[in-house]
Amino acid sequence: MILAQFLVLAAVLFCIGVYGVLARRNGVLVLMSVELMLNAVNINLIAFSAYLRETSGQVFALFVITIAAAEVGVGLAIVLLIYRNISSPDLDQLDQMSG
Amino acid sequence: MNPGWDFHALAPLIVIVITIVVVLFADFFFEYRGRFRTSQFATFGVLAAMVPVVTLAVDGGTRVMFGGAIVVDPYALTMQGFFLVATYITLLISVDYIGDGDYYQGEFYVLMLTSLLGMLVMTTARDMISIFVALETISIPTFVLAGWRKHDRKSNEASIKYYLIGVISSALMLYGMSLVFGLTGSTLLSEISTKVASIDEPLLIVAVFLTLVGFAFKVSAVPFHFWAPDTYEGAPTPVTAYLSVASKAGGFVALLTIVYFGFFDAPDTWQPVIWVLAAASMLLGNLAALRQTNIVRMLAYSSIAQGGFLLVPFAVAADGGAAKASFEAVIIYLLIYGAMNLGAFAVVITLARRTKSAEIESYAGLGSYAPWLALLMSAFMFSLAGVPPFAGWFAKFVMFRSVLEAGTPAATVLGVIAAVSSVIAFFYYARVAREMWFHSVREGADASPVQMPIALTFAMGVCGVIVLAVGVYPQAFAFLGDFAAGG
Repeated sequence: MILAQFLVLAAVLFCIGVYGVLARRNGVLVLMSVELMLNAVNINLIAFSAYLRETSGQVFALFVITIAAAEVGVGLAIVLLIYRNISSPDLDQLDQMSG
Repeated sequence: MNPGWDFHALAPLIVIVITIVVVLFADFFFEYRGRFRTSQFATFGVLAAMVPVVTLAVDGGTRVMFGGAIVVDPYALTMQGFFLVATYITLLISVDYIGDGDYYQGEFYVLMLTSLLGMLVMTTARDMISIFVALETISIPTFVLAGWRKHDRKSNEASIKYYLIGVISSALMLYGMSLVFGLTGSTLLSEISTKVASIDEPLLIVAVFLTLVGFAFKVSAVPFHFWAPDTYEGAPTPVTAYLSVASKAGGFVALLTIVYFGFFDAPDTWQPVIWVLAAASMLLGNLAALRQTNIVRMLAYSSIAQGGFLLVPFAVAADGGAAKASFEAVIIYLLIYGAMNLGAFAVVITLARRTKSAEIESYAGLGSYAPWLALLMSAFMFSLAGVPPFAGWFAKFVMFRSVLEAGTPAATVLGVIAAVSSVIAFFYYARVAREMWFHSVREGADASPVQMPIALTFAMGVCGVIVLAVGVYPQAFAFLGDFAAGG
């Protein structure tokens, strides 16, 4: 199998995720970008796991999927809470503290 | 098939899991007025979990479980004891704050205990999967805790900033770990450590770098620190104490485990990165702390700087004969830092109940109307600055000892930076003491004696005794460090 293609796909996906986290102001879109980063990790893990014929990478990917779901659940709850308080999903409006 | 479960080794975890379930259900059954009892269940559970930790330590030896993914050894037990004591003190300083504010009590303790469970697993984790799961079990409850005051925008802001940094750092760390898995073909640290020295791929540098950056976010090392002051200021103060001590120590335990048991034989990949993080954290953390007027923000920058001091032994670990000395230095520094920082936060919380302010100016004249409180605060401040006879000097001493054992030019330069930043740090710690003792009470400020709730007094007392006792008789913690490093 050709490992490099999967790694390149994962790297591109990861970079798109990093860009999204840095550039997006809408809380929900930031969470989606985080999902892209975590799924890039999963592609990496499964590609290596298949290439090396070593199952522990697939187990790792299962744990990543589970915990990513928990993380995004908490994240959506926080974004919803902020939406109730400031009536906007725009994270840049939260700038009361600095220095 | 017998999976080889060793229930004695798992007992601390089992006790905490039972406590979480009991606290969660107790909250349903208590009347509103009786809710404070949930905190008693929580503190009792944490103390009960100490018992198996002590019996395991007396038993000695190393217990390996689940194919090497979980290892209970003296290092794990020492850190488990630290996390249990730190959480116990955090619970004590939370009781009155959470009770006063009428916040959701049962859920607060459940989340804090869940985070504690993650820390206990982290001490024993020797596999990238279990390290990742433990790290997330520590982090996810603290995201919620930081936003505990639901209708306060500052608390919302603290929560979302902490959350975003938390998930981004996890993603970076995981990407690094996936590359490490690809290069070594294993997630077990014991197998990674045997292969890592013979890998001659530039990709290994990227993999280790990304993993370390993930941890650098967790321990708020400069330049990945920008979230910490805002999160610390906006979160409820007991949660801030917890984040700056227990949660940060969780990150350091993860870093210690993965560096010592995983990447140790390839020092070229991790030493320069940690060197830069340590130097930047010490200098920038201390300089930024100088110009803070809010005590919580000052303590936030102080904890960034202390994190820098904690990274110094890592940065020299593979040089000369420094491996054991720096391993001990990290553990001893963590134990002492925990006691003095929790003590300082306990004083801040006691005073904030009365003044409703966290400005350093509101401490003016404290020595005249609350001399004991001022005395304790001064002890914690001078201990953080590293002045004898308080415990902080011993933490700095073991840190410099590891630098001397390494003896390379890079280590010496780092030692000089550490010495210079210790001097800078003295100014802002001493400023709090000056405000308390040499300034008179501001006009309009209430100068009647400060009300001292029993739980807070006890927490301050325990931290004060540890800080003074270890400062005078450092062998007590030196023994623990020696025990953790395997005799």
